[in-house]
Amino acid sequence: MKKIFLFSTITLLTLSVFAQKESRTVPSVNLKDMQGNTINTSDFKNDGKPMIINFWATWCTPCKRELNNIAEVYDEWVEETGVKLIAVSIDDARNAGKVSPYVNGKGWEYEVYIDANQDFQRAIGFQNPPFTCIVDGSGKIVWTHTGYQEGDEEQLIEAVKKLVAGESLEEHK
Amino acid sequence: MNFNRLTLFSISILLTNLSFSQNIDQVLSRGEVHGSFQMDMQYYQEDSLIGAQEVPEDVLMNGFANINYTNGNFSAGFRYESYLNTMLGFPPGYKGNGIGYKYASYTNDDMTVTVGNYYEQFGNGLIFRTYEARGLGYDNAMEGIRINYKLAEGLFVKGIIGKQRFYFETGEGVIRGVDGELMLNDFFGGKFAESKTKLTLGGSFISKYQVDQSAQLNLPENVGASAGRFTLQRGKVRLTGEYARKINDPSADNNFIYKEGEAFFAETGYSTKGFGLTLSAKGVDNMSYRSDRNAALTDLQINFLPALTRQHTYNLLATLYPYATQPNGEIAFQGEMVYKFKKKSLLGGKYGTGILINYSTVYNIDSTAIVGPDTALLGYESNIFALGEEKYYEELNIEISKKFNKKFKGIFTYSNMVFNQAVIQGKPPQDYPTVYANIGVIDLTYKINKKHAIRTEVQGLFTKQDQQDWATLLVEYTFSPHWFLAVMDQYNYGNKYEDERIHYYFASAGYIKGTNRIQLGYGKQRAGIFCVGGVCRNVPAASGLTLSITSSF
Repeated sequence: MKKIFLFSTITLLTLSVFAQKESRTVPSVNLKDMQGNTINTSDFKNDGKPMIINFWATWCTPCKRELNNIAEVYDEWVEETGVKLIAVSIDDARNAGKVSPYVNGKGWEYEVYIDANQDFQRAIGFQNPPFTCIVDGSGKIVWTHTGYQEGDEEQLIEAVKKLVAGESLEEHK
Repeated sequence: MNFNRLTLFSISILLTNLSFSQNIDQVLSRGEVHGSFQMDMQYYQEDSLIGAQEVPEDVLMNGFANINYTNGNFSAGFRYESYLNTMLGFPPGYKGNGIGYKYASYTNDDMTVTVGNYYEQFGNGLIFRTYEARGLGYDNAMEGIRINYKLAEGLFVKGIIGKQRFYFETGEGVIRGVDGELMLNDFFGGKFAESKTKLTLGGSFISKYQVDQSAQLNLPENVGASAGRFTLQRGKVRLTGEYARKINDPSADNNFIYKEGEAFFAETGYSTKGFGLTLSAKGVDNMSYRSDRNAALTDLQINFLPALTRQHTYNLLATLYPYATQPNGEIAFQGEMVYKFKKKSLLGGKYGTGILINYSTVYNIDSTAIVGPDTALLGYESNIFALGEEKYYEELNIEISKKFNKKFKGIFTYSNMVFNQAVIQGKPPQDYPTVYANIGVIDLTYKINKKHAIRTEVQGLFTKQDQQDWATLLVEYTFSPHWFLAVMDQYNYGNKYEDERIHYYFASAGYIKGTNRIQLGYGKQRAGIFCVGGVCRNVPAASGLTLSITSSF
């Protein structure tokens, strides 16, 4: 078993050497919107402009702090860069029903989806929320960040601005 | 399916993909490899004051990495897990190294086939949900085959068969199931698709098989469970409900009674900009459902019964008295309201004021023991909609968030909690009376400039029962985007025994860059119950140095 495991790993890694690119595509997973409709993540669109995908949960304090802080400046962000924020809640059946009232109660203007069994979280591959990705106009994930600290949103919007201006995001991380 | 076969299968799919392709380069260039990694390590010190035992290995470590390969409609991956040795408080079944999860999957013409391990949920999970909570060591992944098929616009069908993960093996029972979901508006299309009223219907069936080896009892080898659900949305109002039923399923959980199980979950929500309201109700009666009738703890659970109480994050609220669903029977109600006082209004001030009120309560269900020769086997008679007289839990929680100026804001929380320790934590009632607690939390953030911020939490828990009064003080300094530093002290200052008035101090520092996060900590951790997503585990007291690293690529 170990040999086969090693072999398959090497195969995968060899393939990846051929394959590795600087960015990755948004994985295709079915989510629910707040009305209960099924939406596929590969259908996320923003007319060729960048998108921010932010993973959060109603029980995650730093997540809510981040999205509430961004909510205060979101109008400006949209105006300046045309960016769209998609907030994906990883709440399960315990709290999924509270997502829509919370979002509306806080007056968020984001697009919100629910990943009730964390399929999208697994496909993206991160451990704990909050987790943030920037997706460029062609649907590639070009920037990722884990956690939230007060002020991190500055770094996020700077990266979006660079992307809009056509600059490299490498040293920006 | 064992690992060798699965690997061969996935590789052969890859190779088939390649050989059929006219342009191998093109196929290869679509491939992507991504993954994530987490490692937690602790150096333990003996500490007789808090009851931290000596750890013979000195250092314990849990670590794992997920590796995923995707190429167009194909994906495959695995999770390598390492427990050297398992950290305190984790299920001891995790031992050594192994592959805890491996799969291959492809999608073709609206059909997705997955072989190997998978996580899946039917409806709210009342009869079937497999998921992972790695931080708790919870993982009941299926291993077998799954088919997801979009039969028509708005019509989705799932079929599953497999066994459940049991540490590095699988449980004895086999689970088979099917789920269908019909979104009527999409299915009928035309003017229905435009309608303001949207209706979704769903139904599912699960059956588990486990051989009967009992000498005394004649146990059912196939135990079926079924559930039906709906979601109705009209404008700002949403109404959803699910009802589940299980045939008799004698198990260690219910003391081998031959009684059917039942559960329901109902929820309605209304929301408009600046206001949101959710009301929910849940009933559970004899609804523990595992793929091995003798399993205990969090092993081999097939279904998911969400706790209908507020999920807390502040540590005194979250870790001292966390509620966990009682699968043998409970009725719960919850209401939550979120409101935002507008900017420049009397209560809103310059920036607006947020208020969240949550009320939840849980009771036993009314039941009567069946008297007669079969009492031990038949158990009791009950009505899942009839409230009993014993209160398990009650909480009123009010949270106010307020921004004072550009630099300074706060969140203020008050909670009044009733917690039935004897029932929820299975302790002897004569020594552990119900806890009545008042809890307050003041969480203040001061933003020094664009990148530097200080946050403090002052928490107090006041009760005459159990360990009496607690206080917590936390100070956190963050330097965006890379650094953070935190010190915390939890102090059981009101304990009636003077020698148990212990300070649990903990200091931590961390570095974050992109998706890498490294955290070092030192101090004492209180014995307690830690819960994530409704699953809880007991963690013994510990003292020492911790290191945790997470990363993804």
